[in-house]
Amino acid sequence: MNCRQTSPNPDGTLMTPRQPRTAPTRAAEPPAERPAYDLADAHLLPTPEPIQLVTPEGSPVADPRLPMPDTDTLVRAHDLMVQGRRFNDQAHALVRQGRLAVYPSSHGQEACQVAAAMVLEDQDWLFPTYRDTVAAMVKGVDPVQILLLLAGDWHAGYDPYAHCCAPTATPLATQLVHAAGVGYAARVKGERTVVVAMCGDGATSEGDFHEALNFAAVFKAPVIFLVQNNEFAISVPLSRQTAAPSLAAKAIGYGMPGKRVDGNDVAALLAVLGEAVDRARAGEGPTLVEAHTYRMQAHTNADDATRYRSSEAVKEWEPRDPILRSQAHLLSLGAIDDEHATALTQRVEEMAAEMRLGMSAERELDPTVLFDHVFATPTPQLREQRAQLLDELAREEAAK
Amino acid sequence: MSPMPSADSPVPHVEKITVMQALNRAMRDALRHDETVHVLGEDVGTLGGVFRVTDGLTKEFGERCFDTPLAESGIMGFAIGMAMGGLRPIVEMQFDAFAYPAFEQITSHVAKMRNRTKGQVHLPMVIRIPYGGGIGGVEHHCDSSESYYTHTPGLTVVAPSNPADAYHLLRAAIASPDPVIVMEPKRLYWSKAEVDLSRPRPGIGKAAIVREGKDATIIAYGQSVPVALEAAEVAKREGRDLQVVDLRSLVPFDDATVMAAVASTGRAVVVAEAQGFSSFSSEVAARIGERCFHSLAAPVRRVTGFDIPYPPPKLEKHYLVSVDRILDAVDSLQWEDQ
Ligand SMILES: Cc1ncc(C[n+]2csc(CCOP(=O)(O)OP(=O)(O)O)c2C)c(N)n1
Ligand SMILES: [Mg+2]
Repeated sequence: MNCRQTSPNPDGTLMTPRQPRTAPTRAAEPPAERPAYDLADAHLLPTPEPIQLVTPEGSPVADPRLPMPDTDTLVRAHDLMVQGRRFNDQAHALVRQGRLAVYPSSHGQEACQVAAAMVLEDQDWLFPTYRDTVAAMVKGVDPVQILLLLAGDWHAGYDPYAHCCAPTATPLATQLVHAAGVGYAARVKGERTVVVAMCGDGATSEGDFHEALNFAAVFKAPVIFLVQNNEFAISVPLSRQTAAPSLAAKAIGYGMPGKRVDGNDVAALLAVLGEAVDRARAGEGPTLVEAHTYRMQAHTNADDATRYRSSEAVKEWEPRDPILRSQAHLLSLGAIDDEHATALTQRVEEMAAEMRLGMSAERELDPTVLFDHVFATPTPQLREQRAQLLDELAREEAAK
Repeated sequence: MSPMPSADSPVPHVEKITVMQALNRAMRDALRHDETVHVLGEDVGTLGGVFRVTDGLTKEFGERCFDTPLAESGIMGFAIGMAMGGLRPIVEMQFDAFAYPAFEQITSHVAKMRNRTKGQVHLPMVIRIPYGGGIGGVEHHCDSSESYYTHTPGLTVVAPSNPADAYHLLRAAIASPDPVIVMEPKRLYWSKAEVDLSRPRPGIGKAAIVREGKDATIIAYGQSVPVALEAAEVAKREGRDLQVVDLRSLVPFDDATVMAAVASTGRAVVVAEAQGFSSFSSEVAARIGERCFHSLAAPVRRVTGFDIPYPPPKLEKHYLVSVDRILDAVDSLQWEDQ
């Protein structure tokens, strides 16, 4: 459909085709007489306190703004968090055994990890960071393939299109702009796809964070930006990142709603993110969600967190653990029992065993792959260099 | 790290230190010596940097060594302003590839401010960049990005290969009236040597002959220098006498030392870890070809990384410059008529 071919409406005005494939209609222009600042925009501001639906002790909190997710969903979220915790701890152990070069763990942040992916449908996209391996797993990526980057086999160890999960991003905030573009593409093509884009508190200082939110808002891209505020960027505390009242408060500056949520309350996360996904899917544009959580371990195994924070500070967060909370809540509802726990343990131990097996297996790595994917067609120079490497390897082999 | 004697004291003092300690000492001495010197970057404060190069500086100098919000473009632009405002900022980029968000500030502003203002505004600032691979780092942690900077007029670029040069080149960079990029060989951060920091070293703009030899000249810089020296050692056992030049300073480039060295042997191999295509090593090879044509017995060879993105840890050994690759290149320098 060519959107230039506009035809007069019966009333004589020009009608634009509903879903142009080459260029979308612009986001609705605000009426010209709208004042520069309007108290009606206050609804874009986050709540003063993070939204919570379940207390750390596991008691439900009635919130008139948001309904509690149904119990089946909460049980599924709980199981995935337990699986995510096992993934984190197994990966951590694999570093100590020398099987992985490095692992940035989301231990303690599993509620964010699980909710981020659970609110998405198959065709929806997830844009994770290096810390969001559990979210990638929940999106459907094979645990062993997720680890291939950290094991040093390749950069992205999985096919992003297979589960609509972008490669885990290391350069901070850069993936957020891609996410806005993917959301825009879906809108242009009239697809129902929405996107969840993840980053940390530190990454919100990068220019790309600002640019991504601005682009998403201007083009009404169906993107949910989920900031896991775990209070640290390696050694640097949040106070060095922003003087804003909260990270979510930044949303109003882009003209999108900002939400603060208890990042260790999976019920609240599912509700808040779910609502944002519904908005995005309905064409109402992006949302910024700030989840308050805590990095329970060092930045990676290579980091020594005792240099910049006390173990007491970490201890304070232990009772707020997301899994303990959902367990207490679901036990009180009678939704899980010992039998459930036993079956769950068995399932996650099977996953852990698969991770160990996958990482212990000697994987044959063909170095010529280095030359195969730089361009669609390798340049003559790359073909020459590939031949040089093969020749070197053959000579090495012969000299053995 | 225990407090160390200042190298500004003229007392000769031989000690064994690492490249990392030498860089730390250079900043410490500069901070003591000149109160306009400030250090800024990500995790440079309490943590002392992810490589601990700024270890202890915040403890001794307080907010003169400080953590910034996490934004490289912001850090660089802020430092430009600090320099315009009369301070001498030393910026740490956490890793080579994480300097790219600051590319605009570096190439359009750090590099051009003096020229744009006909010398009215100059920027006495230092940009420290840990560069290169060989440490098993995952993607974006192992780039050799020097050619972007050497290609940009207005940027002085140095690349030390040992503790003494690390100290003196960084001190010279801090003292320079112009912006200087220090490409720090991260694989060599932990390598040690006996140094006497009270003894002066050649300044910025000077290369050094680090091994005498008469058969061929190997030209290297930064973390390729130890590989070149090792290749020369192996070649000696095979009966070839290789000279090794450590460039130290990429911009300004020491044509005089390099050309005299190559003219003395008649053969040249340029070694760099960076991708070779359109690179700084290509510039070196081209200059030798232009200036030493009649002294050359063979075309100048380059030994560089392949023209591919830096590989994942398990494949990096295939990419990195090796003794064998250098010796293969030396072998190809037309030693006999065919
Ligand atoms: C552009 C860029 N600069 C610097 C880094 C180095 N780095 C990796 S993680 C990190 C801290 C990020 O903190 P935050 O965004 O809060 O995420 P968290 O690690 O806490 O999940 C830094 C500085 C990077 N990966 N990318
Ligand atoms: Mg953080």
